[in-house]
Amino acid sequence: MSQSVATGIAPVQSVARGRRSSLTRSRIRAAWTFIAPTVIVLALIAGWPLARTIWFSFTDASLNNLNDYEFIGFENYLASYGGEWFGLLTDPDWWHAVWNTVWFALVSVSIETVLGTVVALILNAAFPGRGIMRAVILIPWAIPTVVSAKMWNWMLHDQFGVINDMLLNLGLIAAPITWTANPDTALWTVVMVDVWKTTPFMALLILAALQMLPGDIYEAARVDGVHPVKVFFRVTLPLIRPALLVAVIFRALDALRVFDLIYVLTANSRDTMSMSVYARQQLVDFQEVGVGSAASTLIFLIIALLVVITMVAGRVRFGEEAR
Amino acid sequence: MKHATRIGFWLLVIAIGLFSLFPFYYAVISSFRSGTALFSVAYFPESFDLSNYVAVFERQPFGQNILNSIIVAGSVVALSLALGITAAYAFGRIAFRGRSLLLFTILGVSMFPQVAVLSGMFELIRSFGLYNTLPGLILANLMLTLPFTVWVLTTFMRELPKEIEEAAFVDGATPWIVVRRVFLPLMMPAAVTTGLLAFIVAWNEFLFALTFTLTNEQRTVPPAIALMSGRTAYELPWGSIMAASVIVTLPIIALVLVFQRKIVAGLTAGAVKG
Repeated sequence: MSQSVATGIAPVQSVARGRRSSLTRSRIRAAWTFIAPTVIVLALIAGWPLARTIWFSFTDASLNNLNDYEFIGFENYLASYGGEWFGLLTDPDWWHAVWNTVWFALVSVSIETVLGTVVALILNAAFPGRGIMRAVILIPWAIPTVVSAKMWNWMLHDQFGVINDMLLNLGLIAAPITWTANPDTALWTVVMVDVWKTTPFMALLILAALQMLPGDIYEAARVDGVHPVKVFFRVTLPLIRPALLVAVIFRALDALRVFDLIYVLTANSRDTMSMSVYARQQLVDFQEVGVGSAASTLIFLIIALLVVITMVAGRVRFGEEAR
Repeated sequence: MKHATRIGFWLLVIAIGLFSLFPFYYAVISSFRSGTALFSVAYFPESFDLSNYVAVFERQPFGQNILNSIIVAGSVVALSLALGITAAYAFGRIAFRGRSLLLFTILGVSMFPQVAVLSGMFELIRSFGLYNTLPGLILANLMLTLPFTVWVLTTFMRELPKEIEEAAFVDGATPWIVVRRVFLPLMMPAAVTTGLLAFIVAWNEFLFALTFTLTNEQRTVPPAIALMSGRTAYELPWGSIMAASVIVTLPIIALVLVFQRKIVAGLTAGAVKG
């Protein structure tokens, strides 16, 4: 087995044959030594806490006393007392949070993908000031989420906000809107701020894909007089689809765990609460470590499922690359 | 027709620029207005009143919060890079059994929802006696930065030509010497890129900082801004909040403008979100 592994090491191949195996062995030993610290740290700060969270979800632990708890099986998820059902899976607030999160992820990622593609196409064109524009669109991405949420909170203020002022002046609305408090607009507001913040990320990933496309295809299309819109849908889009897919998946995974933006923008409001906000509220505000951990575990399972699908799809490409 | 498309193109460019910049621009002009002036909308700077900036530092330990953020983000970057470069050498240059599986497991960690480790991490930090301390936050933040640091650095490590370490090995150098003498200098540009991304992640981190600190003196900047309150519960000090926002955003914007190319390279290499 070690023989087949050794053939994978190119740099050693030109070294004298006799030294190969001992060198290989020492290099593999070194590899494990180099990896050990990272693996130990990650096991301690990611693996162990995750395992404890899952364990807590089967207990009645409380935040102010984490050492004294009892195993209660699936009761945090679903339990029945005298014909009535209790637990996370019967809590309408949890399902509302699930719905909010899924809706948020679908709508925001869709808008970001379309806008990101538009921005990427623009930045891919040669025009004076292109470098400046690329830096400018990075700014929303770099601003801390908490800060952007606060900035938008202020702009969306129902009495003194600049957004209401603009819309009133333009005659688009008759009276100021309480953007973050009104159940009809709150989630849309969250989506809008997220679009503002993360479209740059999408645009940059798509731009990177665009810049790797061969130029001669476009040359040929132009000589043949094909309409640019047709070129985009027939040539560009199919070619950047793999990159687009990767970007969409990364964004979707991110959107499904959204916390900062919603927490700062609308606090613990039920209208916009995401799964993560719900879990933290149970854990910290209500001190219900059991229920909170059950919610956290479900979030983890949902994301893990998506990640596994992604990695199975991505592994094929990675394997080819590594050879 | 030609002119119409050109004008349309430039209108689009201007719209994107305005949309990207306006919120920050508005935060800046708001931060220079104070008192009742804030209760009217202004689109252009009309006053240059620094009282909000003074108030930020007087009413709360905001200087301490900034220092905390610098300590946390700086330590996280240093630790992530030190661990990341050695691990990336092994992952990128040595073929060993279980390499792909391990690398994908590490990448998997970067997909963890933060809230999924929250109760376990809370227990861990408390049992180490690190609750409400900066080392506790540094430890927690490593979970967010270490996986993508390893991943991106491995990608860069793979791209280096294969002949590089050959000569050193023929001369009898140990792998440790090869990493330090041969790869460390070559990896500097990649380390700067990943270090910047890790810095931005740690600087912006909110959920852990909110949950694992208790007192205002131990808070980093994001929870400090999120929890900033006025004299009464109903009166939010918008001027101060905007001033604080501008203060903590300026260094990040400066970093982004200076290292724009590097950041973009890092983002696209790892395809990770900061």
